[in-house]
Amino acid sequence: MFEQFAHFLVYQLGGLSPASQLGTALHFWVMDTTKILVMLVVVIYFMGLFRTWLSPEKVRRVIQGRSKTLARILAVTLGAMTPFCSCSSVPLFIGFVEAGIPLGITFSFLIASPMINEVAVVLLIGLIGWQLTVLYITAGLTVAYVGGIAMERFHPEKWVEAYVWQIQMGEIAQPAIDTSLRGRHVFAVSQVTEIVGRIWLWVLIGISAGALFHGYVPQTWVAGLSERENWLAVPMAVMLGIPLYSNAVGVIPLAEAMLAKGVALGTTLALMMSIAAISLPELLILRKVMRVPGLLLFVAVLMVAITLVGWLFNLLN
Amino acid sequence: MKNIKVLGSGCANCKATFARIEKVARAKGVAVTLEKVEDFAQIAAYGVMSTPGVVIDGKVVHAGGIPEQQQIESWL
Repeated sequence: MFEQFAHFLVYQLGGLSPASQLGTALHFWVMDTTKILVMLVVVIYFMGLFRTWLSPEKVRRVIQGRSKTLARILAVTLGAMTPFCSCSSVPLFIGFVEAGIPLGITFSFLIASPMINEVAVVLLIGLIGWQLTVLYITAGLTVAYVGGIAMERFHPEKWVEAYVWQIQMGEIAQPAIDTSLRGRHVFAVSQVTEIVGRIWLWVLIGISAGALFHGYVPQTWVAGLSERENWLAVPMAVMLGIPLYSNAVGVIPLAEAMLAKGVALGTTLALMMSIAAISLPELLILRKVMRVPGLLLFVAVLMVAITLVGWLFNLLN
Repeated sequence: MKNIKVLGSGCANCKATFARIEKVARAKGVAVTLEKVEDFAQIAAYGVMSTPGVVIDGKVVHAGGIPEQQQIESWL
């Protein structure tokens, strides 16, 4: 469908030749832009509908009192599906602690949430294909699951600020959501306008970068770069990702460029995860509830987990 | 006079919520005292886990997202 549309617009209406470089690049750009924008609208709408049933408050209630393994699986999957802004991490942390949810499970949730979200998933599918997207999601879920367990081994309770344990939340305020079908629809539409309005420019820039590579980068140049891979590249990518901060969406054009240049898949994924999951602003906010040694451990655990995942993917590839 | 508190740590949505309430109150000519609560212990004490939250005269009326214009009008 998008292929035909791009074909019609570029070759028939625009009169460009499919054999020209400009023609193929433009064709690719039109196809990708329309495809991704349509997918974004559809996916964000349905996730918006779905979220009228799912809030951090509900997640807390669902996780509370489950067996550890089940609780962690729930925390990781719900974390991946719940929208998350780093400014909510502290109220969320306190809410989980107050409900008696073990810290390790709270960390699993905190790791999964920024790393995986529906916008990133749509962009990944559009730009690097669904196989790699499934790999990215699996890797993210694994890092969140294992990272939380590793944190637990160090008994992070001792680093939590004392006041956190004393907070009595009492009645939990449920987000005011109109639960009629119309209300859910209105919420979903507002999510679409808000999110698409915020990211469309970045999406266009990302796709444009992709189109440039598609049309203009000679294959031999790509092949030449890919041979210079070694095992140190993964930890280096992870280190590089720590000071860089962006959400998963902003990282994707970069990832695409790296893959196009022949950087190994595991290395690229490691950089993406490091940028999305380890961020200075979030650490500064988390500092309000946890002392520095605990935060350093959090970063170290994530670095190790992401590095292992990166190596694994490079091996499998 | 209604006392309105916006709970949130200074994120973009919290600021937007604050600005929108201010605007609606002025448009309707309702006198309100508007304040920001940025301390996490206090936010949590209201039982709010997803910010921004809105508290009117000590009661939580909203949490998790920027409230719609009609919603704000109904509070005032």
